[in-house]
Amino acid sequence: MTQDKNPPHASLINPEDADIRNVAFTTRLEDFVNWSRKNSLWPLPFGTACCAIEYMSVVSSHYDVSRFGAEVVRFSPRQSDCILVLGTVVEKMGPVLREIYDQMLEPKWVIAVGVCASSGGFYRAYHVMQGIDEVVPVDVYVPGCPPTPEGIIYGMMKLQEKITKGGIVRARDRHKLTGK
Amino acid sequence: MLEIDTNLLESKLPGFSNRFGKDVLTVSDHRGDLTIEIQPSVLRDALMFLKATLRFEILMDVFAMDYSKFDPPTRERFAVIYNLYSVSQQRRVRLKVFLNEDKPEIESVHDVYASANWFEREAWDLFGIVFKGHPHLVRILCHHDFEGHPLRKDYPSDGYQRLKSASPAAGI
Repeated sequence: MTQDKNPPHASLINPEDADIRNVAFTTRLEDFVNWSRKNSLWPLPFGTACCAIEYMSVVSSHYDVSRFGAEVVRFSPRQSDCILVLGTVVEKMGPVLREIYDQMLEPKWVIAVGVCASSGGFYRAYHVMQGIDEVVPVDVYVPGCPPTPEGIIYGMMKLQEKITKGGIVRARDRHKLTGK
Repeated sequence: MLEIDTNLLESKLPGFSNRFGKDVLTVSDHRGDLTIEIQPSVLRDALMFLKATLRFEILMDVFAMDYSKFDPPTRERFAVIYNLYSVSQQRRVRLKVFLNEDKPEIESVHDVYASANWFEREAWDLFGIVFKGHPHLVRILCHHDFEGHPLRKDYPSDGYQRLKSASPAAGI
């Protein structure tokens, strides 16, 4: 076969694009992956109390969390990478929360929204877990009872900061690289 | 012996005092909330009578009370309260029985009102009231490793109990 000197799409290529510097940029792989991840969080609302009502405002038009790329709310842990625990979690609920967290694929993050999820809040009694970090690793704690929508958005932006700084190796494989 | 307002009872619940008059301990109609305290032994019959004859179709709620720190002291420590509602007459009545601290037992009424099933489990879970004849008297709110009955007044207010084992598949 002979080489076609003028392929059919040749006329579509802008002559300026022939210079690689005009069509590509260089970056670190980690920065690029983290940039994609932080701007396309798929949240899973684990709503157990009034914080979940506040979260409805966050995703609705007035506060519009899609400005931060986190509006694709999924109700399946298989399709989400950021679980928001919105409300009181009792001891009996602990295994349920853990199971849902375990079903999420890596990479995954946890935001404890409101004082109940963060520390038990004003419940110090026979039934309420004193913070969900007893069963799942929490990345960001959002204070408030309930937090304002701005507070929840601020928490998600803090998580974006954390993702920017984080590595792209799966958390459970990290020890294999560091030997720790 | 307390004076019972038989006329009031008869005007509100015709026929009730005829059948259960000697087992009625107090009657009050405070601001239109009719409350009748009766002997635990006739509770089941009284509920059947109220359902069948006086058409109180719905058992809205069953709950318990711990009066151990109540002032003035009551005749017994525990009380179980049955809230009834009549859809056809749009009115309510409340039955109350006092139970002994050492043996807080009463007949289950799950076969009279089906809604009693879970209410009685709740009263067992939180107060330790035993409902005799209940088909499945196990905890409904607290987890399966929980010990004690947390809404009793002698239960410590910060008595948090950890879940120790995996949840059993059955009996949730």
